[in-house]
Amino acid sequence: MRLYRFLLHAYPASFRGEYGEEMCAVFEQRRREATNFLLLLGLWIDVLIDIARNATRVHIDILRQDLRYASRMLRRTPGFALTVVIVSALGIGATTAAFTMVDHVLIRPLPFADSDRLVQLYQNNSLRDAKFWELSPANYRDWKSAATSFAGMGCFTELLVNVTGRGEPLSVSNGQVSAEIFPLLGRQPLLGRYFSAGEDRETAPATLLLSYRLWQTRFGGDTSVLGRKILLDGIPHTVIGVMPASFYFPDRDVQLWTALRFGPDEYADRENTYIYPLAKLRRGVSLTAAQSEMSLIAARLARAYPKELAHVGATVLFMRDNFPNRARTMLMALLAAAGCVLLIACTNLTNLMLARAMARRKELAVRAAMGAGRERLVRQMLTESLLLALAGGALGVLIAASALPLLVRLVPVGLPIAEIPPVDARVLVFAALTTLATGVGFGVLPALRACRGGDAAALRETSRGGGGRRERMRSWLVVAEIGGSVVLVVCCGLLMHALWRVQAVDPGFRAGGVLAMRSALPQPKYEKTATRIQFYDRVLSQARQLPGVTGAAYVTGLPMVFGGGVQPVEVAGQAADLANRQTASLRYVTPGYFSVMSIPLLQGRDVADLDTARSQWVAVVSESFVHRYWPGQNPIGRHFNFALADRTVVGVVGDIRVRGLERSNEPQVYIPCKQVPDGWIIFYTPKDLVVRATGDPMALAPALRRIIHEADPEQPVTDVQLLSDIVDAQTATRSVQLWVLGAFAAIAFLLAGIGIHGLLAFAVSTRTQEIGVRVALGARRGDILSMIVREGAMLAAVGICGGAALAFAAGLQIRALLAGVPPADAPAFAAAILLALLMTVAGSLVPALRAMRVDPAVAIRVE
Amino acid sequence: MSDGLPDPAALLPLPPATLHILLSLAEEDRHGYAIIQNVASRTNGELKLSAGTLYRSIQRMLEHGLIVETRDRPAPDEDDPRRRYYRITPYGTAVARAEARRLTQLVRLARESGLATEGA
Repeated sequence: MRLYRFLLHAYPASFRGEYGEEMCAVFEQRRREATNFLLLLGLWIDVLIDIARNATRVHIDILRQDLRYASRMLRRTPGFALTVVIVSALGIGATTAAFTMVDHVLIRPLPFADSDRLVQLYQNNSLRDAKFWELSPANYRDWKSAATSFAGMGCFTELLVNVTGRGEPLSVSNGQVSAEIFPLLGRQPLLGRYFSAGEDRETAPATLLLSYRLWQTRFGGDTSVLGRKILLDGIPHTVIGVMPASFYFPDRDVQLWTALRFGPDEYADRENTYIYPLAKLRRGVSLTAAQSEMSLIAARLARAYPKELAHVGATVLFMRDNFPNRARTMLMALLAAAGCVLLIACTNLTNLMLARAMARRKELAVRAAMGAGRERLVRQMLTESLLLALAGGALGVLIAASALPLLVRLVPVGLPIAEIPPVDARVLVFAALTTLATGVGFGVLPALRACRGGDAAALRETSRGGGGRRERMRSWLVVAEIGGSVVLVVCCGLLMHALWRVQAVDPGFRAGGVLAMRSALPQPKYEKTATRIQFYDRVLSQARQLPGVTGAAYVTGLPMVFGGGVQPVEVAGQAADLANRQTASLRYVTPGYFSVMSIPLLQGRDVADLDTARSQWVAVVSESFVHRYWPGQNPIGRHFNFALADRTVVGVVGDIRVRGLERSNEPQVYIPCKQVPDGWIIFYTPKDLVVRATGDPMALAPALRRIIHEADPEQPVTDVQLLSDIVDAQTATRSVQLWVLGAFAAIAFLLAGIGIHGLLAFAVSTRTQEIGVRVALGARRGDILSMIVREGAMLAAVGICGGAALAFAAGLQIRALLAGVPPADAPAFAAAILLALLMTVAGSLVPALRAMRVDPAVAIRVE
Repeated sequence: MSDGLPDPAALLPLPPATLHILLSLAEEDRHGYAIIQNVASRTNGELKLSAGTLYRSIQRMLEHGLIVETRDRPAPDEDDPRRRYYRITPYGTAVARAEARRLTQLVRLARESGLATEGA
């Protein structure tokens, strides 16, 4: 019997209360009739089926009733319904979008087999404070043969290649991979096969795999592409496979893969570093164990090759974690900010619902008097709030989906995953749960409050309804909203200050009016320096004749785009310890580069046409280079050993931010392009054309393309861009961060303002009589105004104090994003407090004015 | 509640359980368990209403005004205080009649098309 009573709990309480006893009586009768075990068993089976079926139906009946009732109620107050839907959509949308990003970047496993065991290995250099350097083929070979922690290891690198043959010449990123890489990643090709074990030997025929994107754009998705020969930098490669659309490796830029091959001479130089190992941990081996083994191996190699490998260690990290910490911080900040918006939205909605529930107390009391139980009323009200939240959730998912393309720019990570996260079942489940929590969150408190005790007092209650406790409760909610929005605004202010600080950094060159484009000359076609010089001369001389062009030059790489390319420096008589050589960044330039870039020439001369391979080997160095090696002395005519030759300083120029506005930069060394040795690493040969022009430099692009095409019809042109865009891109992520957080802060502020307004408006309307009495007793309008505004100001003061403390804590958490701006930045706090006060005044103004206009005679007569 | 009740035809067709309960109550007022037994004996044990089905039907029938709860109770020695007794309303009778009419017409149509025989 007790079991049966317990099972009856599957029915709604109202139904149970009504019929539970009778049902028990029926059950008792039937049990008495069940005289043997089999009959008893049958009875229980019947009972279970009966309860499962009918309890569900009763619930559905009630739900249907409640929905009908709720939609009727909401149709009667469309403004209220719309407000709730929009507010909850903003909260749910923000949270869903943030979750999608966090899930995509931080949580979801990478789309590879056993991705939780995939690790990447780097060289680190304690002397140069570098953690993530490439390896030389020789070091890779030695690491791989010595390590026991891994089930497999391969290596890769990335290189630009020109695809020629039919169609426009095209410059694409080529992922060069050793034969182990694809089996390690464990993804099957869409068509064909991937590289087999012997295919990364020098003697094997040249083959390639296409990315889905290149297959579609260049070959129209034609399956007969397999077996076709494609020219890469003039060398025919046979297509052996096509990878699926969702496959990216090592990053999204790579559009085709070739086998990485090492000639015997490549193992000779341990400083020729350009490859990245990828490995899979053996089952049961931890990352720490692998790290300590690799550190031992690196230390052993450092002892064996003290000149090249002193200070060189090994870094092992999960492929999953291979992105800057800053991105992680930003994502967590994003999630926190979105959570804050959701909480504020919920608080606001709770307040709205509370006000509405108070206004509906009479209606609820009538229903209670007619026999509706409290549980029934609470359920009814929850159905209403869930219905609203559901509409809000649907709208929120749309908001999130449309916000994602913006949000991805917030955290540029090079992980091998799709750029824009998919809105899939996982995201929808999250959104549904958030919606449910939101609906219950803002519905349950008002529902319980309104239905408390189903009291007859409510029936008797007059318009003086409400009551001290509820007001206090709502006040606290408003305080929480103000506090939350202060946190967001302060963080926003801190980021804005950081952005200004970074934007104020002088890049060292003048970016305005310069157009850049890339024509990377392939080898072996352009292996000889003389051949390249012919190309540069022809392009530059024609470019300089274009109307409006004031200068044109070629350079190894653009600042901030091409950050690496450093070489060790040796100065005779200095730093005898070869292992402690410091580095400088190397750029080959054509004459006129400094004037095009407006890099000031401080001493001596520019590189010249007369600086050839047969004349003295010269260099122009930057100011910090002089400070480092010859402080206080005249550097002109001094010698240093750099990039495999002795160089003489002929000029000094200003320093530029080679690596970026927010990064530490090595001193720069510029070498005339005619002094590039034949066959010297393709990495360093000049490939970027820069042109300074009066007027709109972008307008020159077609003419410049034509000039390059005439110089070599097979030569692709890529990366046509304004130098100013490159500098702006340095702060683009920060700008986006600011936009997103700014949007969140604005929403939060708006909601908090509405909250204050709602609370005070409600207070004023319920205190009309009191105000009337006050006025009748001689209170002046000004007194009434200040009474209401004071109430708002009190809330604001408490909210601001709490918010400011939390904002400081939040500032400490996002310190990494602040570019040196202290978390207690006074302007940011002052601005936030000022804004919060303004919002309070704005929010309380309308209710205060309404209170001022209360006519005592009317107010007192109302009852 | 008698005013503003919908046209009896609006509730048709009735769920079988509802019609059986109406038929059972048309004879006399009964309590829940008595209805179950009556329906069972009336259908030669073919239809055994479960408690859940019975009371869910009763709830809806009360809402629709087909039946009411009655305060007339049997002598105390035959009574169980937990029991509630139900009585058919005139509206309930009208709905049951309408349903019977509908079924009769249906049977007639079935006969005309040879799908049912007299007495079947």
